[in-house]
Amino acid sequence: MNSVARDVEDNMKVSARDMKLIQLVQYGLPLCSHPYKEIGKHIDMDEQEVIDRLKKMQESGVIKRMGVVVRHRKLGYRANAMVVWNIPDDQVKETGKKISQFEFVTLCYRRPRQLPQWPYNLFSMIHGSDRDAVTENIHELARQCGLQDVNYEILFSKRCFKQRGAIYHPGDSSGRD
Amino acid sequence: MDEIDRKIINELQGGFPVCESPFAEVAERLNMEEEDLLSRIKNMLDDGMLSRFGPMYHAERLGGGLSLVAMKIPETDFDKVAEQVNAFPQVAHNYQRDHELNMWFVLATEKASEVDDTLEAIEDRTGYKVYNMPKLHEFYVGLRFDA
Repeated sequence: MNSVARDVEDNMKVSARDMKLIQLVQYGLPLCSHPYKEIGKHIDMDEQEVIDRLKKMQESGVIKRMGVVVRHRKLGYRANAMVVWNIPDDQVKETGKKISQFEFVTLCYRRPRQLPQWPYNLFSMIHGSDRDAVTENIHELARQCGLQDVNYEILFSKRCFKQRGAIYHPGDSSGRD
Repeated sequence: MDEIDRKIINELQGGFPVCESPFAEVAERLNMEEEDLLSRIKNMLDDGMLSRFGPMYHAERLGGGLSLVAMKIPETDFDKVAEQVNAFPQVAHNYQRDHELNMWFVLATEKASEVDDTLEAIEDRTGYKVYNMPKLHEFYVGLRFDA
């Protein structure tokens, strides 16, 4: 029986062995020819088991993707606006889909309103080289989606205090960043 | 950062292979040597252009909690409160934005049930109210950071 088949009873769940692997690779893959083999050495898994488990977690969606986290500011994307829209509930799905098609929109979420303080229920993130470029894109988007008369606000970021991915420490509080 | 670094970032944003020699595979796609690819990635990590290189997890499917949280902090108190908030290990990124709600951070907890407790602890510590706005739906956008 191979290692992955051992978990077959809890197919979609994350097993204890998966979690060990997650803990180990969350800070990044080792930069060497055989990174998965290298990871496995530390948790007593062979290369094939590491590969099988990571692939399985990609298929089940536990791992969204393998890749890089880019620091936008360092790449010259200095302006970053969160644009929030107050869209009638029965239209929010359609509007969200439309907004997400624009190439300068990097994230789009529906979130709950916090009345009376906060009437907005659709959040989109727009990055750009500077504020003028971002603002122009937003106005263009509003025009093309027929949202000129909708109540929206542009929240530019002034400072970024902390930036890291989510970190998991099941039963272990050491080593947090 | 040069043209080759940009190509590497764009390639890696599209995904990274899970196979025995993933760097060699990416290097081949980019028509470069594996050694060169590895040293360039290392340099970009050292320079802070890349903050992490590896798997991105789906927090909720791991049983974790994730939310976007806003606070309204008077300018005079802002730095002090930012420090208090950032001291919570569950706080991932934190941005100051120009709005009445001027502090916006992402909360990522190991267990979904920890979100409420953490928010309460943040309110206790800072003395200010939190506005919790967990996602109800994520609309799909491609990955498209043209470096």
